[in-house]
Amino acid sequence: MQDVIEVEHLVKKYRTARKNAVDDISFTVKSGEFFTLLGPNGAGKTTTLSILNTTLSKTSGSVKVAGFDLETQASEVRNSIGVIFQNPSLDLNLTAEENIRFHASLYGVYPFAPAYSFMPKAYKEKVKELAQVLDLNEKIFDQIKTYSGGMKRKLEIIRGLIHNPKILFLDEPTTGLDPVSRANLWEYIMKVRKDLKTTIFLTTHYLEEAENADQVLIINHGKIISNGSPTHLKKAFVEEYIAIDSADRKKLVKELTTHKLRYTGEGPFTVHIDKKTVQEVIQLIKVKLTVVRVHTPTLEEAYLEVIKEDQENS
Amino acid sequence: MKTLNAILTIASRDLIKLLRDRTRLFASLVFPFIFIGVLGTSLDANLSQNVGYNFLIFVFTGVMGQTLFQSTASGIISLIEDRENDFSQEMFVAPVSRNAIIFGKILGESLVALVQLIGVLVLGVILQIPFSIGQLLAIIPAVIICCLFGGAFGTLVMANLNDQRKANQVFPFVIFPQFFLAGVFTPIRNLPLPLFWLSRLAPMTYAVDLVRAAYFYGTPEYSKVVLYSPLIDLTIIGVLFTLMLGAGTFLFVRNERNK
Repeated sequence: MQDVIEVEHLVKKYRTARKNAVDDISFTVKSGEFFTLLGPNGAGKTTTLSILNTTLSKTSGSVKVAGFDLETQASEVRNSIGVIFQNPSLDLNLTAEENIRFHASLYGVYPFAPAYSFMPKAYKEKVKELAQVLDLNEKIFDQIKTYSGGMKRKLEIIRGLIHNPKILFLDEPTTGLDPVSRANLWEYIMKVRKDLKTTIFLTTHYLEEAENADQVLIINHGKIISNGSPTHLKKAFVEEYIAIDSADRKKLVKELTTHKLRYTGEGPFTVHIDKKTVQEVIQLIKVKLTVVRVHTPTLEEAYLEVIKEDQENS
Repeated sequence: MKTLNAILTIASRDLIKLLRDRTRLFASLVFPFIFIGVLGTSLDANLSQNVGYNFLIFVFTGVMGQTLFQSTASGIISLIEDRENDFSQEMFVAPVSRNAIIFGKILGESLVALVQLIGVLVLGVILQIPFSIGQLLAIIPAVIICCLFGGAFGTLVMANLNDQRKANQVFPFVIFPQFFLAGVFTPIRNLPLPLFWLSRLAPMTYAVDLVRAAYFYGTPEYSKVVLYSPLIDLTIIGVLFTLMLGAGTFLFVRNERNK
C-alpha cells in the first residue's frame, strides 16, 4: 500500500519558545490506515496535526500529504483532507443544511447559491441522503442550536466528507461526549472507513478508541517514544497474567512450583504467562480452582508504561 | 470561479448570521440612535445658529460614515476570535487562497454594515432629515466605499494582533479617537496644528467627508461642511485602501501560519 502521509525530520519551534514543540520526528501513514497519534498534553500532537492540515508552518523537515508537498502544493493538500477540529466548527446560527452547503461551495463541490432551492438537483439528493444517515430528516433545515453534542459531531464529520477527502483528521473528536454518543460516533467513523476507504488520522485521550488502530505513534516532549501496532505495544510493555486461587492453596503452590510457573502473591496468585498461552497454563493445573481471572493488557496500560519509561529516562 | 464561489460563500454567511441574530441587530441600531437622536439633536439645538448650517444633518451624515467604517472594521477583527471557533476554522483549511478569505470577509462585513445603515436611514426619516433622490443616489456609492475602506483598515489592524484579548484592548484605542479626529460630531475645519495633522491622518476622516460631500453636493452649505472635494477624498481613500489591504493581507498570511 502506498503512503498517504510522509513525514521526515519534522521540526517545529514556535517563535517565542526556547524548545522545539516538535523535535525531529519521522513517520509514514499508509493509505486506508487507521492511524493514532497519542501523547500527554503539550506533547506536540496538535502542533503536528496543525502542520499536517496546513494551518501552521513547519520550521524544517519535509512533509507530503496525499502525495503533495505541504509547502508548494498547500491547496492540493487542503483538497485531499477533511479536518474535524478539537473545538466545534459549526455555525450555530445556521441550519445543518446551510453548514453543509457552505462547506460544499467553499470546496468548490457545488457552485454557491444563497438558498437551498437554488442548488442543483445532485446537491439536494445528497442532502436528503445525509439527512437519512444522520436520522434527521426535516430537522436538517433547523438551526443546529437545538442538536445534541453527539449529533453535532456527526454532522461535522459528514460535512467534512462532502468533498471526498482521502484523509480524515480527527482531533480529539469525542471529548465531552457521553458514552452512548461516543459509541455511536465511532460506529459511524468505522463505517465511513470501511465504505470509503478513508485514511483516519486520530488524536485522542481515550485510549480504548485507539485499540483498533493499525498504527499507534506515541510522542512526548516533541519526540517519538514509541511506534507500532497496539498488539506490538502491549506485548512490548505490558505483561499478560492470570489471577487464580484455590481452596487448597498448598497444593496449588506445589503445582505452580513443579511446572516452574512464575507467580506472585499469597492467594489469589498472579501467574505470569511468559512465553506460554493462557490455555497452556490452565491445562497444567489440576487442583480445583475457585478463582480464574485472565488479565488482558490494554493499550492504556501499555501507554502508561511507555510514558513512565520515557520520564524515567529523561 | 472557485475563488468567486468562496468569496460569495464567506460573505453570505456573515449576512445570514446577522439577520438571524436579533440581539445583535437591535444593538447595532442603538448606537446610531444615541449618537444621532441624543447627541445630534442636542448639539443642533445649541450650535446650529452659530455654525450656519443644520447641525443635526452634519451629525447624521457623520455617523453614517463612522458606523459603516467602524462596523466593517470590527467585523474583520472578529476573524481573530473566529479563527479558533466556529466555521472560520473551516475557512482556513479549505482550498481557498487567503486573499479570497479576507476579501470575502470584507464583502460580508460590508453587507452587514449596510443592513445597519437601514436603521440609520429610518432614524433619519423619523428626525425628518430631508433626502432628495439625487442625494440618495450619490450616497449609495459613498457608503459602499466607506464599508470597503473600513474593511481594509480592519485587515491592517487585525493582521498585527494575534489574540482576542489584545484585539479587544487595541481596537477601541484605534477607533474611538477617530470619532473626534474625523469630525463625526464636531467640525474639524479649524483645529490647532497637532490636532489638525492627527485628524488628517485618521482614515475615518475621509470616509466621513466623502459621505458629507455626497449629501451636501450642490447645496449652499457644501463649502462650510465639506473639507475636500470628493475627488481628493476618493484619491486618498484609494491610496490608503490599497496600502492597508495589501500590507494587512501580507502580514496576516505571514503571521497566521508562522507562529
